[in-house]
Amino acid sequence: MSDAMDKATHGRLLGRTQVEDLVIVPLFAFVAALILGAVVMATTGVDLATIGTSYVALVKGSVGSVNAVSETLTAAAPLVLAGLGLALGFRAGLFNIGAEGQVVMGGLAAVVAGVALGDLPAIIALPGALLAGALTGAFYAGIAGWLRAVTGAHEVISTIMLNLISFRLLDYLLSTPLIQKEGRADPISKSVPDAAELPRLLTFIDANLRVHAGIFLMLIMVGVAYWLLFRSKLGFEFRAAGENPVAARFAGMNASLTIILAMAIAGALAGLAGANQTLGVLDRATPGFSAGIGFNAIAVALMGRSHPVGVLLAGILFGALEAGGRQMQVDAGVSIDLIAIIQSLIIVFIAAPLLVKALFPWGFRREGSE
Amino acid sequence: MRVELKNITKRFGPVVANKGVDLTIEPGEVLGLLGENGAGKSTLMNVLCGLYAPTEGEIFIDGKSVTFDGPGDAIRAGIGMVHQHFMLVPVFSVAENVVLGVEPTGRLDHLDLATARAEVRQLSEDYGLAVDPDATIETLPVGVQQRVEIIKVLFRSADVLILDEPTAVLTPQEVDEFFQIVRSLCDAGKAIVFITHKLNEILEVSDRISVIRRGEIVGSGDPKELTRPELAEMMVGHPVDFNVARAPYAPREVILDISDLTVLRDDGAVAVDNLSLKVRSGEVVGIAGVQGNGQSALIEALAGLRRVASGSVHFDGMDITNASPRARHRMGIAHIPEDRQRAGLIGNFTVAENMVLDTYYGPPFAKGASIDWGRVHDDAARVAEEYDVRTPSVDAAAAHLSGGNQQKLIVARELSRDTRFVIAGQPTRGLDVGSIAFIHAQLMAARDEGDGLLIVSSELDEIMSVSDRILVMFKGRIVAEYAPHIAPVDKGEIGLAMAGAGP
Ligand SMILES: Nc1ncnc2c1ncn2[C@@H]1O[C@H](COP(=O)(O)OP(=O)(O)O)[C@@H](O)[C@H]1O
Ligand SMILES: [Mg+2]
Repeated sequence: MSDAMDKATHGRLLGRTQVEDLVIVPLFAFVAALILGAVVMATTGVDLATIGTSYVALVKGSVGSVNAVSETLTAAAPLVLAGLGLALGFRAGLFNIGAEGQVVMGGLAAVVAGVALGDLPAIIALPGALLAGALTGAFYAGIAGWLRAVTGAHEVISTIMLNLISFRLLDYLLSTPLIQKEGRADPISKSVPDAAELPRLLTFIDANLRVHAGIFLMLIMVGVAYWLLFRSKLGFEFRAAGENPVAARFAGMNASLTIILAMAIAGALAGLAGANQTLGVLDRATPGFSAGIGFNAIAVALMGRSHPVGVLLAGILFGALEAGGRQMQVDAGVSIDLIAIIQSLIIVFIAAPLLVKALFPWGFRREGSE
Repeated sequence: MRVELKNITKRFGPVVANKGVDLTIEPGEVLGLLGENGAGKSTLMNVLCGLYAPTEGEIFIDGKSVTFDGPGDAIRAGIGMVHQHFMLVPVFSVAENVVLGVEPTGRLDHLDLATARAEVRQLSEDYGLAVDPDATIETLPVGVQQRVEIIKVLFRSADVLILDEPTAVLTPQEVDEFFQIVRSLCDAGKAIVFITHKLNEILEVSDRISVIRRGEIVGSGDPKELTRPELAEMMVGHPVDFNVARAPYAPREVILDISDLTVLRDDGAVAVDNLSLKVRSGEVVGIAGVQGNGQSALIEALAGLRRVASGSVHFDGMDITNASPRARHRMGIAHIPEDRQRAGLIGNFTVAENMVLDTYYGPPFAKGASIDWGRVHDDAARVAEEYDVRTPSVDAAAAHLSGGNQQKLIVARELSRDTRFVIAGQPTRGLDVGSIAFIHAQLMAARDEGDGLLIVSSELDEIMSVSDRILVMFKGRIVAEYAPHIAPVDKGEIGLAMAGAGP
């Protein structure tokens, strides 16, 4: 690859401003959120020793052992996948709130396809199930994209509605004979056959280690998203439409097509996140299996500054918080809700970079000293 | 009240915006401050109106040294400024905007708008401003909004009025009215600082001219003794050629044929009304007209960005009435949009990215589904050089370029490929003389190579200097046509036609 090309595209990853934006602001936001989290605990009567224990548990539960790392990565994979989709949408100027619904539809479709393909060899069954998840997610998000492009219906509203529809649709479909597990009266799907499962990776060390092949999917998709956004024609169109839709139109780009494709690709990634859960972690679909992944992924995409590498880092951090949060609950008896508070505080700080810069002035270049 | 600036220097970090400036402002006199974009005119005046503290130097009022701790201090001393970008609340009335910050209040903090309205009406009458105190700002044309800004300053009893590039937003008619207002303010004993980069205007209205270049005053003088070329040379630092060189007029076949074209505005009103015109290869057709007479809709329809209600457009014999923007682009139609910031560029994209904004999808820049950024980068660097786009590197964001360089970037993008026809809207609006001369030369080069050009501009001088044929557009129709290559054209006559009083 030529030097010039490195400048043209990697520049946005390595420039000083980009580093501030992508690394320093999120890092300080994280630190500030941890401090404020401690304050919240202190004001609710948690004594200092317990606060100390909680944060030790947070570290222990996220990176302190092989199992901890396995849990962190397991939690990170769907967040990164869905987060990449949201990041692409943000870059194209679309605020997609619908990842949760797309996770639901994709995850469910993956189960259905997995069951149908279960008798075939894994080399066909697994990609087939993943593809079903991605395509269904793409279709479901594409509806919102189509509505926006053709009727002007704002995607925030339509995706919220599509989320609600997906929750009820899941409950309903889980009780239909095609999907419901034989002999069960409650809404639960058939189990995913082994051939369509994302294989666990570390069972040779300990049978309970849950980390699975979804993390490869995650890494591949980070690469794909990076290529798409910064190297491909389509990504150029996405970014142009997001930065200045008028100029994009004047330059001859097709705005409607861009919107629909951006939504569909975002939906495909969210659908993969759902498939990742049903094929890799749960082995089935249950009511509420999406568990807020699509919403947390919004935070991940924001924290990752809509950059694929940023999303990867933010997703791993959020995965670590989730894994560590469980340990915190066990060791210190602090509610896991505190993790949700810390996650939310991170986003508040990220959304207010000026506040972060005011709190930690030494981390930033002085204004105007280019 | 006599105001003196002595040895004013203003630095922003390493940038020296003003260097050792001496300037005197006399009552009852219009001081014209001339300089290119980025010369330091606004900065100097922001120092005078208390917005910036000078790094070095002093301000004297009637011989007494003063320091301002903000615009409030300056206005109390009688110095008020109308900024380049208006600072009005769109949903407030004129009177409400005028009193904002100095609200006259009665008992219990009751806002006394009646007094304010009376005073606005009085000021409006005294200086011939014709502003209704009860109108809502957002319903007013830009020219009137500007007069509201002037009233704001007068309401605060300013004796020195600084007007920062006031004509940039005005139509030719509004400019004339505006100059009358300036004269009447001056006759009332006010001191006026009139900032511009336009030579004609400064010669027309000033009593005294100072020229600023790269932060320094490089010359001053009497407008009666200074000529346009002299001023231009002072302003840019080298001689400027005002004659747009071109080959003899030798039009060929009709390339663009518009017949009975009707185009609607977004609100359904007729913008282009049953308009027909033809452009030949190798000729420049200039469309003069006061803004808002359908020129924008015409350009957008020709570029494929606005639906045609009826009528047809043929390009080289082909019906392109409903062709997509990209299809037109591929046929060799270049489009330099009117609003370069909004429609011509993506500010956060690099110069290189902007350079391929409408060519990225095909060879040589695209390879399959991906873009060959190495190639884009090298090409952009070459074209930027060729078209004199001054940028630290083609990786710099386009938003960081000056207006002139942004426009040269757009011209470079549109003209550096094989073109057969060029549509240009306001190609040099708001630019410095250097950039204007360069862009005109590029457009003429396209003409001499045999392209047809359709240029829309509300600057009559521009239309007169570039066009082979001049059409005047009024209320969506062509109301007059002139052929400068046959007989010299009278500017006043065109001006009348623009106002709808044509033959
Ligand atoms: N707030 C600022 N910070 C840094 N540089 C500035 C600032 N304001 C103006 N400049 C620089 O000072 C120079 C003069 O700018 P300005 O006074 O706006 O020019 P003009 O009004 O003549 O077009 C320019 O190079 C501009 O980039
Ligand atoms: Mg200025």
